[in-house]
Amino acid sequence: MALVEVHDVYKTYHKDSRGVQVFAGVNLEIERGEYLALMGPSGSGKSTLLNMLAGLDKPDSGTVVVEGVDLTRLKARQLADFRANNIGFIFQFYNLLPVLTAAQNVELPLLLTSLSKSDRNERVRIALGVVGLVDRSDHFPRQLSGGEQQRVGIARAIVSDPTLILADEPTGDLDAKSADEILALLGELNKEHGKTILMVTHDAHAAETAHDTIHLDKGVFHR
Amino acid sequence: MKYARLVLSNLMRSKRRTLLTLASVAVAFFLFATLASVLTTLASVTETGSESRLATRNAIGITFDMPQSYHQRLRGTPGVREATHVSWFGGVYVDPKDFFAQFAIDPTVYFDMYPEVLVPEDQLRAFREERTAAIVGRKLMEKFGWRLDQTVTLQGTIYPGDWDFTIRGVYEAEDPSFGEETFYFHFDYLYELSSQTARHGWYILELEDPDQAGAISARIDAMFENSTAPTKTETERAFQAGFVTMWGNVGFLVRAIGTAVFFAILLIAANTMMMAARERTGEVAVLKTLGFRDGQLASFVIVEALLISLLGGLVGLLGAKLVFESADPLASFLPGFSVAMGTIGVGLAIAALLGLVAGAVPAWQSARLSVVEALRHVG
Repeated sequence: MALVEVHDVYKTYHKDSRGVQVFAGVNLEIERGEYLALMGPSGSGKSTLLNMLAGLDKPDSGTVVVEGVDLTRLKARQLADFRANNIGFIFQFYNLLPVLTAAQNVELPLLLTSLSKSDRNERVRIALGVVGLVDRSDHFPRQLSGGEQQRVGIARAIVSDPTLILADEPTGDLDAKSADEILALLGELNKEHGKTILMVTHDAHAAETAHDTIHLDKGVFHR
Repeated sequence: MKYARLVLSNLMRSKRRTLLTLASVAVAFFLFATLASVLTTLASVTETGSESRLATRNAIGITFDMPQSYHQRLRGTPGVREATHVSWFGGVYVDPKDFFAQFAIDPTVYFDMYPEVLVPEDQLRAFREERTAAIVGRKLMEKFGWRLDQTVTLQGTIYPGDWDFTIRGVYEAEDPSFGEETFYFHFDYLYELSSQTARHGWYILELEDPDQAGAISARIDAMFENSTAPTKTETERAFQAGFVTMWGNVGFLVRAIGTAVFFAILLIAANTMMMAARERTGEVAVLKTLGFRDGQLASFVIVEALLISLLGGLVGLLGAKLVFESADPLASFLPGFSVAMGTIGVGLAIAALLGLVAGAVPAWQSARLSVVEALRHVG
């Protein structure tokens, strides 16, 4: 059974009394351990798909099953718990809380668990170690470069050991060198730690680092 | 507790704004404590005085004199054990802003009629034996740094000239609402130096049986009904209340102006707290993406608003208590003025309510926030 199963999904956005259909009966499967890039023109529905897989948005009809759970049947509270336990989200603009240190930002998802303070600290240390930023754990986001901030964002995404990592243009705000470092890190997470990753990107070079690329055009997926 | 750092970090996000909001809440509650204490003190002033004492004044008004001949007639009224007279002096010591009450009294009986006012026996004797002597309240002595046997000069306003008095006694009041900021001296001294123009202001009567107060009051007022100075006799408490209302409807003014200012400041503080929460829309969306529940995020906002309002309220309320206990600028006008613990309790309850109200709207907005919409703006 695939980790992700999107089946016959329809989605239409309504804006100013006009309906814009994003998906008309799309289907997609992602196997456990895959590292996929998702490409497509602006407005093609890349972010909408990511939001649906994260349980942040719901289709008008159809099913979205992740780790055997049909997200379309869950209520808001259950979806929040599902995200906390199963999804790691990486944002284009890092979205770290500026008032918290790197370690405190990484610790955020763990606050939702029943782990003790010492266990949380240990997990944070490990996550920051994976992204190579243990020595910057007490730094605030403003004291870090863009690449370092994104690495903290990745540490935050993996700290609770999620099943699926969703990355929304993770290199979109970075220079080439930092982007390569982040892509290498994502590859390592997939290869060394077995994480399933779906990465939205506009960058063909970034897409090349993934196992496979899905092209989304006019509401249809092409592998 | 594990969320405490998140809430506290948000409070420290803009230290200047947090401090200014705290300060405005503190000022509002300092004002609240002051005004509420004025009202409670005014209420307690009207409770001052004995049930066994009556006050007889000119029926036209408290500022109109009484013929001195009334004194003996009142003393001879059946049911009246003793009667004494009191006259307002209205002098100024150095600076008119340092107001305090001065009364010319009959030194032989006045303090005997007020057992709740404590004067050492030897000082009372010295006061009675010297015509220019004065007895002064303990707090007034402390306020001006006066000492026993010191000569002080008051500048007369009703009775012009410089009036020298020698402080021979210091009194303390068992009942705080009586106050310890009054200056007493001999009526004979006033009468002599005013070229015999001074008059009795009002009379205090001690009754043999307090239950007869109503009947005796009616009898006295009937006795002077057709004279040149008709009287109004009432219990000492009612007389004190009359003194307070002489200022106008102080309670209404204080309440009306104070409430308007208080709520204006609170609205500003509440608006600032709401703005601070609204600015974090993007962060709320991120936290929701990480798995934080709507209720959790709403409670963070509420706790944050509660912390600011309760901390600010506590600073303002305790600040008022400390300020008025260490140096009471209102003591001369309102004897016994202080910020009661009950006032602090009510203030904290209002502060909690403020926090809940100020936090409710942004908390509700946080809970309802569409993550998809919010993330579209923050990226």
